[in-house]
Amino acid sequence: MTRYIARRLLEFLPVLFIIMTLTFFMVRLAPGGPFDADKRVSPEAQQRLEAHYRLDAPLLVQYWEYMRGVFHGDLGPSFRKSSRSVNEWILLRLPVSLELGAYALVVALALGMGAGLLAAMRPNSAIDHGTMALGMAGICIPNFVLGPLLVLVFSLWLGWLPVAGWRSAADKVLPSLTLGAMYAAYIARLTRAGMLETLSRDFIRTARAKGMSEARVVIRHALPGGIQPTIAFLGPATAGLLTGSFVVETIFQVPGLGREFVESAFNRDYTMISGTVLVYAVLVMALNLAADIACAWLDPRIRHT
Amino acid sequence: MSTTDIPLQELERGQSLWQDAWRRLVKNRAAVAGLILLGVVVALAIAGPWFSPYTYDEQDTALGAAPPSRQHWLGTDPLGRDLLTRLLHGGRISLLVGVIATAVSLIIGVTYGAVAGFAGGRADALMMRIVDILYALPFTIFVIILMVFFGRNFVFLFLAIGAVHWLTMARIVRGQVLSLREQEFIQAAVVLGLKRLRILFVHLAPNTLGPVIVYATLTIPQVMLLEAFLSFLGLGVQPPMSSWGLLIKEGVETMEEYPWLLIFPGIALSLTLFSLNFLGDGLRDALDPRAAKD
Repeated sequence: MTRYIARRLLEFLPVLFIIMTLTFFMVRLAPGGPFDADKRVSPEAQQRLEAHYRLDAPLLVQYWEYMRGVFHGDLGPSFRKSSRSVNEWILLRLPVSLELGAYALVVALALGMGAGLLAAMRPNSAIDHGTMALGMAGICIPNFVLGPLLVLVFSLWLGWLPVAGWRSAADKVLPSLTLGAMYAAYIARLTRAGMLETLSRDFIRTARAKGMSEARVVIRHALPGGIQPTIAFLGPATAGLLTGSFVVETIFQVPGLGREFVESAFNRDYTMISGTVLVYAVLVMALNLAADIACAWLDPRIRHT
Repeated sequence: MSTTDIPLQELERGQSLWQDAWRRLVKNRAAVAGLILLGVVVALAIAGPWFSPYTYDEQDTALGAAPPSRQHWLGTDPLGRDLLTRLLHGGRISLLVGVIATAVSLIIGVTYGAVAGFAGGRADALMMRIVDILYALPFTIFVIILMVFFGRNFVFLFLAIGAVHWLTMARIVRGQVLSLREQEFIQAAVVLGLKRLRILFVHLAPNTLGPVIVYATLTIPQVMLLEAFLSFLGLGVQPPMSSWGLLIKEGVETMEEYPWLLIFPGIALSLTLFSLNFLGDGLRDALDPRAAKD
């Protein structure tokens, strides 16, 4: 197991290197530069700006200098928001995104597993059909439709919750719900299917035959096997939560890394783009690895592969 | 389902896989509902704009944004453009993006998966390792970067979206080919001295059709979602053209005063995704009897 984790971690380095290289050349070879859009900047000032950020150096020299910085943990200065370095911007924005993602994950797990368990305990009942129909709706209503609809109903019509922002606890309800809803729906379906499968096994029949209480059968015996598909899904889901936050952070004006990334792409803020891409790539890969480890830990049969 | 409930004559005639699958599909009420709904949406999107008295970019600034009425069934936007017409036009674009981008991912995925499965051994291991690694990449981010930097044109949208979704397709096809290539009809083809490429594309690839159709049906809604997502961020289809994602974006901007501009496009997109997902689930159950519940 340790060797497996070590091998996967070693794989991260070349992949991250390729991602950074790709991003570097993709954004620089594309038309448009960070200082083109500013009409207020005179040609001389633009030249000085580009010289300041070494944009006038040959591309390969820029690449070398940038990558050397990255290897030393320095993601460079932000071209467009020069009050802080990219490192500082990320440290400022990332915690907000992680907080939002964590709330959304809690929403997804609580609602999803609850609904899935409820449905699996009474297959083909009204509860089952009801929760699954709701689940399908959760999958089919995109978050950029759900979010504005929630704002429309709960903020503009009912006036219960704020429209946007990220200060008070009330601010955080709608963004977390919006981001978590689709994953709650997926998790409900996976939990239901996994639990139904496990509950039909012989060892469950044995447990019941021993006269064990139904709650104990479900929680102690069926749950560890039944939630495996859900655990396997959590890796990609958490990665999806992070990218889903682009839209949610934009809709609710949450000052997180997702909005920062979209803004930096529009502003052609090269270093900021590369920096956020690096953070996202590391997060996505680490989360997928964590999900794989969790799965192996829950299932002894694949523990040694 | 046991064999006993198939009438005797049918047993004698024998049934092809496709007849069998079709019978199973029409028994699935959710899938049939999805199929019908999808048919209606596609027919409306294709034919609807011809019957509309308005065009998608025709403005009536004197009227401005008006709620649904006899003249404008779904109301108008702040520029006085008829929402129904824009919705139908947007449907054309959204569906087209869904189909073409899925086709792109289909071509890449099937070719890659078939080659990997057929080559086997080291080449296969390497090719699948690449797929594993690509899986772990934050693709949405790359698509956003591509769309921002390389202009927001259509062809690019198709290619970018299609390039994201070929991975799972490649895995599915490779698995199929791996099991198929050991079977007798392939050995027969080899003995007959057919060229490898011919065996691969004429004999192997068509036999992977079932799972490919299922996965393609489930890819279309994902692709349409991605297009809508990009258009919502202002990176996809550009005004005055329309697509469902763009209409939703415009609807959100004015939802406080004119909620219908958000609600109707939202319903159109969600309903279409609904029907595609139900149809895809039904097709999977129909084409893969082992996975079916009964």
